[in-house]
Amino acid sequence: MEFVLIVIISIIIILAAIFAILTKNLVSAIISAGVVSLLASIIYLMLSAPDVAMTEAAIGSGLTTVVFLYALNKIRKSGEDG
Amino acid sequence: MGKRILIWIILALFIYISLPFISDFIPSHELSYVSQKYVTDGPKEVGAQNLVTAIIVTYRGLDTLGEVVVLFIATAGIGFLLSRSRGKKKKRRESSIILQTGTKILFPLIIMFGIYVFINGHLTPGGGFQGGVVIASGILILLLALPDNPLHEFLLSFTESISGFAYVLIGALGLVVAAGFLDNKILPLGKFGQLFSAGAIPIIYSLIGLKVGAELVNILKHLKND
Repeated sequence: MEFVLIVIISIIIILAAIFAILTKNLVSAIISAGVVSLLASIIYLMLSAPDVAMTEAAIGSGLTTVVFLYALNKIRKSGEDG
Repeated sequence: MGKRILIWIILALFIYISLPFISDFIPSHELSYVSQKYVTDGPKEVGAQNLVTAIIVTYRGLDTLGEVVVLFIATAGIGFLLSRSRGKKKKRRESSIILQTGTKILFPLIIMFGIYVFINGHLTPGGGFQGGVVIASGILILLLALPDNPLHEFLLSFTESISGFAYVLIGALGLVVAAGFLDNKILPLGKFGQLFSAGAIPIIYSLIGLKVGAELVNILKHLKND
């Protein structure tokens, strides 16, 4: 049962990663990259590595997503100026 | 067209190279020699209930110091790149009432959870890095809700430098009092599983948590201010 769940989550991770590369909308790409991290943290938790899972969930899907969104905002602003 | 074929060839080569990792994989049913040593001797030597913390803070303490330094350099680089202010300050839009009210309730809880995570790093999963990131996300919610409220700049840099300095100082104290650099036995090991146990690990991890939190808040602040 657990193995099946891990395989399903892995497939969703791969699909989300491919979507993040191929999509033209940058905001969706950032959100999709955050989803990859969140699902990876669930897999770490199921493989009984709670320390790594906490790091991945907090940094990968929380902080990195926000930093990317801020950076995107900055790039857009500097594009309007110049 | 040639570029695309090249990409496919490289991908195929990559799959071919990584094929042995799957075909030769044998799941191990017992711990290797090194992990066996950590699992049996770790609780006695270090006294931490969470073995991951024992390895990160004590056995591989120097690596952790290196990680903290890397994070510090990254923060300094971002601060250097983004510190040039644009001069004119636009008036920011007020955040919504839902976000403001939610922040009032959530902000203290998130900060408290972050502090819990790094103080209990030697007992439960988590530790300085995770707790620091949780604190940084708590302050992020504050930055989003109150766009005009600047953070106390002196307090931020003071926390960061003092905690980094104290971390190295405790490590150097281990050279004099205990067996080596960053040895946790400068304080008594205490009772296994209690909050005040495992020697200096709770203090070191709290300092790491404060430093990581302050550095990440600095990054967010620099990215936000334009």
